[in-house]
Amino acid sequence: MPDKHLSSQFDADLNSLCSRLLEMGGLVESQIATAMRGFTQMDVEICNTVIQNEKLVNDMEIQIDSDCAELIARRQPIARDLRLVMAVSKAITNLERAGDEAERVAKRTIKLIEAGASHNINVAEIRLSGQMAISLLRRSLDAFARLDTVAAAEVVEEDRQIDEEFRGFVRKLISYMMEDPHTISIGLDMLTIAKAIERIGDHSKNIAEFVIYIAKGEDVRHIPHEELLRAAKE
Amino acid sequence: MNDSTQSQAHQSQGGAAKNAIEIRNMNFYYGSFQGLKDINMDIEEKKVTAFIGPSGCGKSTLLRTLNRMYDLYPGQRAEGEIKFYGHNILNKKEDLNLLRSKIGMVFQKPTPFPMSIYDNIAFGVRLYENLSKSEMDERVEWALNKAALWSEAKDKLNQSGLSLSGGQQQRLCIARGVAVKPSVILLDEPTSALDPISTGKIEELISELKSDYTIAIVTHNMQQAARVSDYSAYMYLGSLVEFGKTDELFIKPKRKETEDYITGRFG
Repeated sequence: MPDKHLSSQFDADLNSLCSRLLEMGGLVESQIATAMRGFTQMDVEICNTVIQNEKLVNDMEIQIDSDCAELIARRQPIARDLRLVMAVSKAITNLERAGDEAERVAKRTIKLIEAGASHNINVAEIRLSGQMAISLLRRSLDAFARLDTVAAAEVVEEDRQIDEEFRGFVRKLISYMMEDPHTISIGLDMLTIAKAIERIGDHSKNIAEFVIYIAKGEDVRHIPHEELLRAAKE
Repeated sequence: MNDSTQSQAHQSQGGAAKNAIEIRNMNFYYGSFQGLKDINMDIEEKKVTAFIGPSGCGKSTLLRTLNRMYDLYPGQRAEGEIKFYGHNILNKKEDLNLLRSKIGMVFQKPTPFPMSIYDNIAFGVRLYENLSKSEMDERVEWALNKAALWSEAKDKLNQSGLSLSGGQQQRLCIARGVAVKPSVILLDEPTSALDPISTGKIEELISELKSDYTIAIVTHNMQQAARVSDYSAYMYLGSLVEFGKTDELFIKPKRKETEDYITGRFG
């Protein structure tokens, strides 16, 4: 927020809301990274850490939502301030869901480990898209912190690559399962994990779209990518 | 309910909206000081248009030009055009009493006349119409009903208007304005001296009145402008900075100056 309010407390409240969002984002990012490490190393203990920490993410969502409601009640924000509060409230829902997806990765990995399955399917795409999802989330939060619409538009663009990796992995998985029906059970768990990562990319994309909404006042959800780019760069 | 129907009707109407007032290249002077600079805007019929802006920006001045209230003061003059249904009211030959019966005004402080509630309403009507006692009774009841004051005042019509509470006095002033059947009602900070409940009643009243009247309101209360108006105008230093639909102005103002002001930021 470049300009100061007449009420410095209002500024402090808005800044605190943004900081809390970024803090929650950092926690979710770390949850995803840990879940991916658990998956790569096939380590139950690491996966359990993710499951235990999931509650922290949920608690933060409730707390920040309550802060948003309190700020609306006390300050009746309008224009850019209103868009910011609305976007924070929606972005934390996306973060919480991204946190759920990290937990899903951890739980499915534990299931795979318990079933005695190791990586007998090539999971390079899952690892790669996991790294991409983490990077995407971080960059969407960076864009949020700086209200950088150009960076936000890049996040939206790159989410397409994760979607592409996911589709590639699904095609490969299908051929594995057709060749050897014994792999179907493991294949379905892998599919769930890949889908969870793909969803994390979607949530990051949503957060990036909120950045454009705050800064430009344009709702860029569900519009063609070219229009989104135009809105971001205007 | 009335509100939402109005807004839907407006949306479906699209560009077919009719203007009650059209202001063109209007400049206003307090002696040598220019209070309004080249104002151009339309006030749509049967809609609420709010004027917002910091003190001294000219919003009350603009409101006072719309029924030439400024004419009461020497040295004040307006140039340009203010068309009221196509007729330029800045004409020197304009019948100001008739004009003010068509474009009524309610002020910041409730200003009931020191006479009975009944006579407060009847006084203005007698200037323009010759009604029988029963017709006048009907008109007083109708006006008080329009101003949502009838149920509270019907048993004390002969009591002084000054015996009412501040909120009731303001509604009496609105009833007085409505009684002469104007087409436009100008409200100059009508609730700034009232408590939240009275304010709520006046705002409710504004929503109801706009089905019959065109309303222009000056308010310092940003939330009030957002709540009651269909269109908002942001003024600064005598200029009209931004004018548009209230929904757009309060969510996505086009001008940074507007955004800074309505969000309470230093420029």
